[in-house]
Amino acid sequence: MRDRLGRPPALLVVPAVVATLLLLVPLVAMVASTDWQALPDHLTSRTALDALRISLLTSTVAIAFCLLLGLPLAWLLARVDFRGRGALRALVTVPLVLPPVVAGVALRSAFGRTGLVGEPLLEWTGFAFPFTTWGVVLAHVFVSMPFVVIAIEGALRSADPRYDDAAATLGATRWTTFRRVTVPLALPGVVAGTVLGWARSLGEFGATITFNGNYPGTTQTMPTLIYVTRQADQDAALSLSLVMLLVSIGVLVALRDHWLGTP
Amino acid sequence: MSGARLTADLRVADRVEASFVAEPGEVLAVIGPNGAGKSSLLHALAGLVDVTGTALLGDTDLLALPVRERRVGLVFQGQLLFPHLTALDNVAFGLRARGESRARADAVARDWLERFGIAELAGRRPRELSGGQAQRVAIARALATDPDVLLLDEPFTGLDVSVQMALRIELGRHLRDFAGIALLVTHDAIDALTLADRVLVLDDGGVAQVGAPAEVAAEPRTPHVARLVGLNLVADGEEMIAFTPDAVVVSLHEPEGSTRLRWRGPIATVAPHGDVVRLLVHAGPDLLADLTPAAATELGLLPGREVWLSTKATAVSRYPARG
Repeated sequence: MRDRLGRPPALLVVPAVVATLLLLVPLVAMVASTDWQALPDHLTSRTALDALRISLLTSTVAIAFCLLLGLPLAWLLARVDFRGRGALRALVTVPLVLPPVVAGVALRSAFGRTGLVGEPLLEWTGFAFPFTTWGVVLAHVFVSMPFVVIAIEGALRSADPRYDDAAATLGATRWTTFRRVTVPLALPGVVAGTVLGWARSLGEFGATITFNGNYPGTTQTMPTLIYVTRQADQDAALSLSLVMLLVSIGVLVALRDHWLGTP
Repeated sequence: MSGARLTADLRVADRVEASFVAEPGEVLAVIGPNGAGKSSLLHALAGLVDVTGTALLGDTDLLALPVRERRVGLVFQGQLLFPHLTALDNVAFGLRARGESRARADAVARDWLERFGIAELAGRRPRELSGGQAQRVAIARALATDPDVLLLDEPFTGLDVSVQMALRIELGRHLRDFAGIALLVTHDAIDALTLADRVLVLDDGGVAQVGAPAEVAAEPRTPHVARLVGLNLVADGEEMIAFTPDAVVVSLHEPEGSTRLRWRGPIATVAPHGDVVRLLVHAGPDLLADLTPAAATELGLLPGREVWLSTKATAVSRYPARG
């Protein structure tokens, strides 16, 4: 790097270094204090495997729903001019800033056994979301949707809308244009949004535990397992956390090479 | 339904207001300075900007139809080829969007690429094409849907001069074969003269002149067209006076004689033009004057210098300013 404008001032370099350490030290410390000999046992225990399975399953199903519902919403926000668009966009960001515990309480009010939607649902179908794996999926969809919608909407907005015009002059319906032009052009952003949402979903804790409790084999995910394990067995919690760290880094690295591009 | 006449009466707010008629098989060049509303006119016909009025193709009002039902092919400035699709898929896009099978669409698209002499580029993506190649794909993409109206927005802009020449000849051939109506927006007089049957001159958001290319070139009514064809244009009451730069006499002192055709002003630029020197003088109207390099040196003509320009009444053509 050529410092044609002079050396970077210490006033900026020092805080930057502190910030880096603040992010890095806890992760290094976690790796350093892991009990490597007990690690295999910790990870192959029944509860750990169940929690890992449920975490991967629920976050993957949740992200599929987020895409299925969120991509159309992102498109609507980016491409269709309608009254209340600004309000809708603001609404989408609410779960982003909402404390996850509050999200859990809100979900309970809507989808709990006596909830606004939950009660009629239970009456008609005999099914209720809370304390089921589907309940975990629902909580994940709720907290991850904003990430997906906002990231994809940004990608759609930055894609040149004149390509949509070109497609229309060639006789394409909006659906054809969406499928063959708009989404393919915004694909890197769509993938980035999906990864973000998936990562958010994988780490989801507050809404999940509030809405679904923490039952091994049905609603216990890696984060909720780590939380209860930590109280009894610090070492086991460390081992489980390490797995989450590796999964996170792995996803980031894999997708960075393929999709996100290197800055 | 090819073979219908286009009768347009369009108003794009704050941009352009224009009425014109175009016959099937005709190429209508649209020229005018930047901001005259040339692109707006095309985009209005394609349905991409808000417009009021009518655009009757036969007895169908295009403006009442959604964009995709207009059967209007638009070749965008800058092409706008779909970057994620191959040249072949770009050309086949319109056919597939209109419900052709993949095989049929590909066959027609391949045929169009062949007609433009770029069949071997079928598998390339737009970023792997040169400017001229991309422009050929863009024109093929618009023509492949067999539009009733073909709209070309500055199709040669940004291309090398030699590429422009080749493409102009090629486009001319395709336009002769094209049964529909073609509107060609251009800022180059050569396009209008070589490709168009008629020229529509836009100026200041309205139609300033319509006529055959030779007619418009000989008797321009706007300074823009006069500049394009290299003529001096001066308004004289109800009349226009046009004369060539080589009919202008440059002198340092007020010319003798009784001619009214004299102007005075500072030289703006001095530049070689072929084997003469061309002056641009801010003489009330901006006027061009050609003189030999020897004469220019002898008179000491440099930018900023005040000069007199004059011409003989027999060297100018006079015609009504409106007509």
